[in-house]
Amino acid sequence: MSAVKKTATRESYGNALVELGKEHDNLVVLDADLAAATKTGIFKKEFPDRHIDCGIAESNMMGIAAGLASTGMVPFASTFAMFAAGRAFEQIRNSIGYPHLNVKIGATHAGISVGEDGATHQCNEDIALMRTIPGMTIINPADDVEARAAVKAAYEMDGPVYMRFGRLAVPVINDNPDYKFEIGKGVLLKDGKDVTIVATGLCVNSALEAAELLAADGIDAQVINIHTIKPIDKEILIAAAKKTGKIVTVEEHSIIGGLGGAVAEVLSENAPALLKRIGIKDVYGESGPAVALLEKYGLDGKGVYGSVKEFIK
Amino acid sequence: MNKLELQKTANEVRKGILTGVHAAKAGHPGGSLSAAEMFTYLYFEEMNIDPKNPQDPDRDRFVLSKGHTAPGLYAALACRGYFPKEDLLTLRHIGSHLQGHPCVAHTPGIDMSSGSLGQGISAAVGMALSAKMRKKDYRVYTLLGDGEIQEGQVWEAAMFAGHRKLDNLVVIVDNNGLQIDGRVADVCSPYPIDSKFEAFGFHVINVEDGNDFDQIDKAMKEARTVKGQPTAIVMKTIKGKGVSFMEDQASWHGTAPNDEQYKIAMEELDKVEEGLCQQ
Repeated sequence: MSAVKKTATRESYGNALVELGKEHDNLVVLDADLAAATKTGIFKKEFPDRHIDCGIAESNMMGIAAGLASTGMVPFASTFAMFAAGRAFEQIRNSIGYPHLNVKIGATHAGISVGEDGATHQCNEDIALMRTIPGMTIINPADDVEARAAVKAAYEMDGPVYMRFGRLAVPVINDNPDYKFEIGKGVLLKDGKDVTIVATGLCVNSALEAAELLAADGIDAQVINIHTIKPIDKEILIAAAKKTGKIVTVEEHSIIGGLGGAVAEVLSENAPALLKRIGIKDVYGESGPAVALLEKYGLDGKGVYGSVKEFIK
Repeated sequence: MNKLELQKTANEVRKGILTGVHAAKAGHPGGSLSAAEMFTYLYFEEMNIDPKNPQDPDRDRFVLSKGHTAPGLYAALACRGYFPKEDLLTLRHIGSHLQGHPCVAHTPGIDMSSGSLGQGISAAVGMALSAKMRKKDYRVYTLLGDGEIQEGQVWEAAMFAGHRKLDNLVVIVDNNGLQIDGRVADVCSPYPIDSKFEAFGFHVINVEDGNDFDQIDKAMKEARTVKGQPTAIVMKTIKGKGVSFMEDQASWHGTAPNDEQYKIAMEELDKVEEGLCQQ
């Protein structure tokens, strides 16, 4: 059996920027002294004149991006999720969101899979923060294929977009010729009748692994990938709730306000169903290898399997 | 425009400020009045703009970083013909295009939404950077309050503008000396303002009287000659300038005049107008 190909979605971000940069000369990339980590360094190598290092000043970077966008450029403002959604929340809200400027935010190092750097850098709150900004599109891709498609789709749409990428190399799961990315459309990855696992980002792979383990126990789980958290695909969630009656959400984010929160809102108003939210349970993260942390916090395949088993018992 | 015409226009801008804030029963007259000459000079003399084509990609840009003084900007835009002066009566009313703080989506002539202090300058820097990257000639102006420069983001933006040598950028500081809680020197002193901007790589022009058109004119002409670095114009002004009982009073930062105060203020400005007309 050949080894599964693994790529960090931050790497996909850098590569996608280069591809888009070749086609569009109004695309500019901003970074805040993290070009090597966010992988915008790949773009910088190719297009040094269109890579703007703002230094360690994320608030100013978001404002500069707003100014650039107001003149017709398409800036991709890049930094860690903590410093984009966290530190610069109000700049994103007032200078980008309120005037609805065409700024794309590339937020890397999201979630606890940041690993060794620990809690200060593990942003488990960004989706919740960004969801409250009117007109903000939020995309959390699951793998390399989806991340590159998401960056392209973000460029092609008008308006602010928050893209969430990870540090950890994750398996490529969407490498098939039929793959199609559409903002706002959830993807049914595996059909099933007993329970629905709704996942986002690197947890989509954990959900698929969990579904396999569940199948061995005779439980037929379906798996839905929600790459766009806002606007969320209500139809696919309502249909899943009506079909299986039980929904489990899985995300590398706080269970408050993220995918779990968004799904709870949709279900409670449209198709009440039993819901289990798997994620970071209102706690800070900690230092450790990313894979070990995902296991400890129950976000790997086995952890999700265990939680689902417990939930549907 | 000659100086007399500019003075008459600034007086109209002052009337517009008071009319708007009085009609809204809220708003910020003090810092709007202190910058009335600057608003007037920018929109009637300095900037390459066309009220009939407010989205011209090659136009000069203005970002009101001290966004709470929107009544001053709105009055200047109305006088310049971006929208009818009667609109000023709708300031801060439900459904009005004249929001409490400038909004790019609502009001013709507004180049950037602003109001959360410290943010406008960053957007102005982005606009200036864009011109440099695309080899465009337009210039970018941004007006900050002296209290506003207590915000750290101002200095992030200043560091970047100096580093990038954005000589198409003019940062104007309205040094009226007052903020909500009192004198800026007492609350958390931003002084010396000029040498701070110098340290960040700016060419700094100190204007002794920012309510004097000759001095503004001289500063703006000097700014146009500066190459290889951004310009900061630090202008001393009087908060509430032009209305006797509002001058140099922190209490008029964010308070609207009542009917009687409005009447007295407008009479004072009428007298100024009569004086100017006799010249």
